[in-house]
Amino acid sequence: MLIFILKRIGQMLLIMLIVSVMLFLLLEINVESVAVKVLGQYSTQEQRELWLQRNGYYDPIYERYGRWLWGFVTGDLGESVRFKKPINDFMWDRLWNTAVLGFWAMAFIIPLALVLGILSGMREGSWLDRTISVTSIITTSIPEFASAPLLAAIFVFGLGWLPGTSSMIGGFDWKQLVLPVAVLVIYDFGYVARMTRASMAEVMTTHYIRTAVLKGLPYRSVILKHALRNALIAPFTVIMLQIPWLLSGVIVVEFFFAYKGFGALLLEASLNQDILLIEAASMVAVFVVVATQTLSDIGYTYLNPRIRFT
Amino acid sequence: MATIATVPAPGYGAALMNALRSFALLRESIVGMAGTALVLFWAILALGAPLFAPCDPNATLLAFAKPGTPIPIADACWSDTFILGTDNIGRDILSRIVWGARTVLTWAPIAAICAYAVGIVLGLAAGYYRGWIDDVLSGVSNIILAFPVLVLYILIIATFGASPLNIVFAVTFATGPLVMRIVRGLVLDLRNREYVAAAETRGETAWRIMLVEILPNARGPLIVDGCLRLGYVIITIGVLGFLGLGLPPPDPDWGGMINETRQMALAFPHMTVFPCIAISSLILGFNLMADGLREISLRD
Repeated sequence: MLIFILKRIGQMLLIMLIVSVMLFLLLEINVESVAVKVLGQYSTQEQRELWLQRNGYYDPIYERYGRWLWGFVTGDLGESVRFKKPINDFMWDRLWNTAVLGFWAMAFIIPLALVLGILSGMREGSWLDRTISVTSIITTSIPEFASAPLLAAIFVFGLGWLPGTSSMIGGFDWKQLVLPVAVLVIYDFGYVARMTRASMAEVMTTHYIRTAVLKGLPYRSVILKHALRNALIAPFTVIMLQIPWLLSGVIVVEFFFAYKGFGALLLEASLNQDILLIEAASMVAVFVVVATQTLSDIGYTYLNPRIRFT
Repeated sequence: MATIATVPAPGYGAALMNALRSFALLRESIVGMAGTALVLFWAILALGAPLFAPCDPNATLLAFAKPGTPIPIADACWSDTFILGTDNIGRDILSRIVWGARTVLTWAPIAAICAYAVGIVLGLAAGYYRGWIDDVLSGVSNIILAFPVLVLYILIIATFGASPLNIVFAVTFATGPLVMRIVRGLVLDLRNREYVAAAETRGETAWRIMLVEILPNARGPLIVDGCLRLGYVIITIGVLGFLGLGLPPPDPDWGGMINETRQMALAFPHMTVFPCIAISSLILGFNLMADGLREISLRD
């Protein structure tokens, strides 16, 4: 088990290293365009050359990459052109804000999806199953950028219950968190619910469940004691892998509600071609994805004895 | 040799017919029928866009008109009123939605087909040859899949610029690996079947075996996934338009319409609500179709 974990972590580091090379090549191979992006469209040729010279951009590319990677590993992310201050000063706050948003979204998605998935997988083909299935197909068909304006139209403009922006200028405010979380939950819960349903339905057809029913156990205890333990292994993976999805979703939600989070930061960096910030933010995003993939692999192996002992 | 050769090897045409037959089975599922109806509705609107759109989608006629407002300019449109109103610079929303259907139903299938072509070819190669080819291809796909999808799209489009072809490229690049993984898994299972061994004995080439013997037998899960994937591609095109990275203006695109008018949604909800409903219903159509197809494939 320990060897397996170490192997997965090694793979994870390798992927991040390769991603860092790709990002660096994509964004910095053309030094001329780097100078234009940093100094602006209207800088003169001499200014650009002087700036490139002073910042060591005429060094060989592997030397520049090595320097950037070393800075990254030691925690020196450089300075953002867009925000005119060191990336370390603001990126982690933004990431924290997104973590808060993501946490609350998950806090609703997980129980909602599991309960609905179990209820509909319990009796496959029943009217309850059909209702839940169709409902979850409908909600997953409304992308975040469509449900956000629709919800805003109803709750902000129609009923006037909630604020339409979530910039949290006057400090943390619960009311401003409701709509962004709701949008994420609506789009995401259906997928997890359907996966839970599939897993539950499969478990319900197994022999040990049939045995438990036939020996006269109450239905309730068949579900709670026998079915659930095995039915919840697959949804664990699905939920872990939902975190990268959420990271895509928050970009849209933060953009729409002007929430000061990591997704909005990444978008702003890309639109303004703020190279060092794009690199730093993308690496953090990739780390989150790879880390959740690794954790879900390890967790799945740990939870599922059939895999652990083979 | 002679005895084996009397069993006719299936041709490319038969493989295609089998794929089409799966769609014909859809009529047995209510959910699938509903999805097909939604998709057909938008497909017909997109095909007949010049006929169905009352006005020129880019003509500025009357700004901020609510649904039902009479059209002030004679002969500009075939309808008497703005059925769904106009947007902030006076373009007819119904016309833009109809033409937007054509935009999205042109580029989404093209992008999805490209992603599938790449994914299928690479997946077949990885699953059939295994060994180092599989290692390399799986490694590359793991690296691409290490990005949150939207981050990858934003990086590609922000670096190379927003154009239809770049969107197709971005979708192929980001989705191809996912398709590859599915195909690879299916091929690993199917390549040990007897008909593959028979074809190898007949001396068929590796690619003919992959495309004619293996691929048609993997079609079930792939068709279901294709419908879902098409829904995701539509979402992607919409998100990019919404974030201002989509198809260049002024041609209508649903995501762009939502983005352009969301600031005005306070006083004029019709500007945003109708494009939202349009895109959601089209995605719903593909998702319902996928669900119907899955239900049918599980039955037998």
